[in-house]
Amino acid sequence: MSVSDKNKLLEKMQERVNLIFKDTDCGAILAKGLSMKPDDIINMVTDSGLRGRGGAGFPTGIKWRGAASASGNKKYVICNADEGEPGTFKDRRILDEQSDKVITGMAICAYAVGASEGYIYLRGEYNFLKDKLQSNCDRWNKIFNSKGINFSVNVRSGSGAYVCGEETALIESMEGNRGEPRNKPPFPVGAGYMNEPTVVNNVETLAYVATIIEKGADYFKSIGTKDSMGGKVFSVSGDCSVKGVYELPLGMTIEEFVNIFGDGDTKAVQVGGASGVCVPRKNFATTVIGFEGVPTGGSMMLFNSSRSMYHVLKNFLEFFEEESCGQCTPCRVGCQQLLKGIEAIRAGEKPMSYLDELRKLAATMSVASKCGLGQSVASPFNSITEHFREEICY
Amino acid sequence: MTTNKSLSEAIAKHGTRRESLLPVLQYVISKERWLKEDLLEDVAAAFGMSPSEVYGVATFYSFLDTEPRGRYVIRVCRTISCDMAGKSAIIDALKNELKVGVGETTPDGLFTLLETNCMGWCHQGPAMLVNDDVYTELNPESVVAVVQKYRNMEKQ
Repeated sequence: MSVSDKNKLLEKMQERVNLIFKDTDCGAILAKGLSMKPDDIINMVTDSGLRGRGGAGFPTGIKWRGAASASGNKKYVICNADEGEPGTFKDRRILDEQSDKVITGMAICAYAVGASEGYIYLRGEYNFLKDKLQSNCDRWNKIFNSKGINFSVNVRSGSGAYVCGEETALIESMEGNRGEPRNKPPFPVGAGYMNEPTVVNNVETLAYVATIIEKGADYFKSIGTKDSMGGKVFSVSGDCSVKGVYELPLGMTIEEFVNIFGDGDTKAVQVGGASGVCVPRKNFATTVIGFEGVPTGGSMMLFNSSRSMYHVLKNFLEFFEEESCGQCTPCRVGCQQLLKGIEAIRAGEKPMSYLDELRKLAATMSVASKCGLGQSVASPFNSITEHFREEICY
Repeated sequence: MTTNKSLSEAIAKHGTRRESLLPVLQYVISKERWLKEDLLEDVAAAFGMSPSEVYGVATFYSFLDTEPRGRYVIRVCRTISCDMAGKSAIIDALKNELKVGVGETTPDGLFTLLETNCMGWCHQGPAMLVNDDVYTELNPESVVAVVQKYRNMEKQ
């Protein structure tokens, strides 16, 4: 496909969904939200089908309902801006360009669940954004104050720990502790920050809340598919003809995606970052991007035929080995052993059949690890070793 | 009471409630680039915590360095998209220019060379941080110019 054909296709795709980066009157959205009953807001968000845009895809309305019905002395709304998944950078652009929408989404959430304090937990790598973001929080806090809205929002920083994107680790970090995930239950909606009911939502999720309030649940539902409603902001990198941040409808196939973004020689797409799944070329046409197929927080990394999938897998495992918090044994030791294992096979120190032992270990980690980090290592490990076994061994 | 100026400022700004521990350590890092052992003891005293617990929190976070660091901490992204975009050549150019290895600090105390995990610039790799400043789409020549920029700033 020629570059101009690709651009036309991309434009056509984007015409269907241009919500996040389109400027809008957030003051009016806030006023509209506050004119509704809290319960009606939660029903609207539930009805829209909005699911968490950080990757896990938990229904946002159900999360809010949980926090609204929980009892506590005080409730919190936290925007998870600890965007650390390899290949993901969309939240950075949303916060840079559309933080009004995010803060509006937080304020509406706070009103709906009865929260009075909000925090944006910004990853340390994005420190360069912090002052700008805090200034905008200050500006909104004055607006909240002048309108008699009992809500304030402030920025808190991370310090370089991928696991803090896990919501309970994030809360531990905000409380001044090591960012080690908690056992669940209790879930944060019942006992989160300072042991009080807390909603933790991704940046993009909160920005879409503003859109849903503005345009209604039906409008949002009309985009995407039955299981994957609405738009999604994708982070596209790797061997591509175009890279960057793009908002697209959910429900497209990898083939459609690769036709637009690929360099003509795409052999695999890693969907959902290092913790996501690797889809080989033979499955492009049949794999849907969305909750009914391959779910994603938006990271799409494309690899062409010049790339070694051994190298890709090793890079991912080095990442997990270092970022594992070390709290639970399956993840701490499992990440190490998977890495050492593929290195040993590659060096000829272990037979090829050892890969099957490693795949079993990855499967064990997916059920025995305490949090999503260790649980998801099997996704890249088992998909890459299934589809590119020969590249791992030789 | 601490005699460390950065810590005094941090405590004046953020207080000593437990949830202020990270903001306090982050403030000190922004001024001094690493956390000295006696400073961690002062933090512990101010927060009413044991020094080992403060140390345990600090060492959990890769940006809260407890090893000596230069005035400019260079963190080159090593994750896959930046790796494929040519991260190795950037590391080689920096090693050659700074005459240090990864994890080391130049003898003049200006630069520390480190690698870091995905920093969210995958579409514009290779990328690196110098303290909080972001540099993207680097090549072996432009990265040397970045180093030179900081050297010049020091001379002024």
